[in-house]
Amino acid sequence: MGVDKIWVLAESVEGVPTATTLELLAAARSLGSTVEAFTWGPDTESLAPVLGAHGATRAYTVGDVSPGLPGAPVAAAMAAQVQAGNAPDMVLVATTYDGRDVAGRLSARLDRPVLTNVVNLTVEDGVPTSHHAIFGGTQVAKARFTGPGPAIFVVRAKSFVPEETGGGPAEVVTVEVPDLGRANDARVLERHVEERAGPKLDEADVVVSGGRGLGQPDNYAMVEELARLLHGAPGASRAIVDAGWVPYAYQVGQTGKTVKPTLYVACGISGATQHMVGMKGAKNIIAINKDQEAPIFGIADLGVVGDVHKVLPRLIDALKARS
Amino acid sequence: MNVAVCVKQIPDPAAPGELDPSTLTLKRDGKLILDDSDSYGVEMALQLADQAGGGEVTLVSMAPRGETGGLRTALAMGAAKAILVSDDALAGSDALGTAKVLAAAIKRISPDLVVAATESTDGYTGTTPAQVAELLGMPSVTFANKIEVADGAVRVHRQTEAGYDEVECPLPALVTVTAGVVEPRYPSFKGIMAAKSKPIEELKVADLGLDPTQVGAAGARQEMVSVEEAEERQAGEVVVDEGDAHERIIAFLEQLKVI
Repeated sequence: MGVDKIWVLAESVEGVPTATTLELLAAARSLGSTVEAFTWGPDTESLAPVLGAHGATRAYTVGDVSPGLPGAPVAAAMAAQVQAGNAPDMVLVATTYDGRDVAGRLSARLDRPVLTNVVNLTVEDGVPTSHHAIFGGTQVAKARFTGPGPAIFVVRAKSFVPEETGGGPAEVVTVEVPDLGRANDARVLERHVEERAGPKLDEADVVVSGGRGLGQPDNYAMVEELARLLHGAPGASRAIVDAGWVPYAYQVGQTGKTVKPTLYVACGISGATQHMVGMKGAKNIIAINKDQEAPIFGIADLGVVGDVHKVLPRLIDALKARS
Repeated sequence: MNVAVCVKQIPDPAAPGELDPSTLTLKRDGKLILDDSDSYGVEMALQLADQAGGGEVTLVSMAPRGETGGLRTALAMGAAKAILVSDDALAGSDALGTAKVLAAAIKRISPDLVVAATESTDGYTGTTPAQVAELLGMPSVTFANKIEVADGAVRVHRQTEAGYDEVECPLPALVTVTAGVVEPRYPSFKGIMAAKSKPIEELKVADLGLDPTQVGAAGARQEMVSVEEAEERQAGEVVVDEGDAHERIIAFLEQLKVI
């Protein structure tokens, strides 16, 4: 069995396909012969040129789902296509809030398992094979499905590099959403955009993160200040997110964002596997921690054994003096 | 208002994980504890039931060997009772198999609200709650960082890439909570003593009317092919701060042309 058709769940923000969508299209193109997008939203025609330029020949859409959430209707529409005989060999979904809803519901609806936290995909002996970083990224496990498809994979951000193919606009095909019963009863009343100065965490060239070693919530201001001075984004370890110092959106790691910046600065972060799996893809890592046995030093290009409360203020002052 | 909370009992995350060499799956043969991620859901459920002026919080869990350690912790926090599905046939279950078991168990109590964590700390698949909702034909709102219940509906702040959405959903519904949504209480001594006599109903796959081939390793329909060492990242230079470490950092930043 080879891989012929692959569907990519295409997410968009304000009429523009997301970075992870383009990453998945690149992955799909390297694995299968036909790549199609499956999407939703008020204006799929506006997405079609970009989706096409990244290799999708067709874009199925369920249309505008608002004020509902996409999980139930998109999964049901996908399942209906599959059950009607239009089935792909693989479905690729990004590890996003909506992506996981769609993947979970599709899996249950089709009674097909799902493999998640995928960091690479290959086809081995004709079988789609997913790669997973385990034990904080020290080992790579490979897995595959043993039953009938479609094979549903949920892929972590930054696992593939987007690439244009120069293809024409994808052909937009509107598909039916079957009756959803109560599953689609949630309604979005209002969307709130939280203004964050500087680049987005998962797109920033520089990420400065803080952890428990900062001691108390107020000290996170130093992390934000350093991030600002380096034109980067502030991030956080799970420990201080759980403790309520900063919102979940700041979290870097297994349960948070995956980042691959040019530079990652870890301040007062010991390097739990949970954290490392989300940042060890950074090109360069600086770690500041008072415990010289901290695992983070095992992967840092520059490790500073010292007190963040002393090193950070001096570093911030020195950077301010230069600007 | 009756609330069901999905809780997972996991190996202590502080202990290094280990794979079973024959199946390449995570070993779960030690003592299991309440997943920290679930303590937020338990606390949220207790507060919501309390605010609604009554109702019960029921824990729903699937674990090997009749394990109740984690359930007792959540009962000590204040949950009224628990349903534990424990059966040798469930060994090797994947997220969908687990969801089938949890959904079947939840059906028995017909709760107004189902609460789960966004993902477990050990497996972190992150799809089980959506699978449970789909199997129950229930609406779901995932990644909640604020929850209120009023007039037969749940109102949630749902995390988004850009900020958050205010979402309203009529009950019954399933909600997943992010860490930090509430401050989980520590069980009191009184709570711990009371938990010892709270009811835990232990069920088998057959009690739930599930086909054994649909769950466990057979139902998972997936296999681990291999485990290899990842490309090692080498440790670089380590300096001890003598009051001048910031200068070394500045030099490194210049070298990277970040500044």
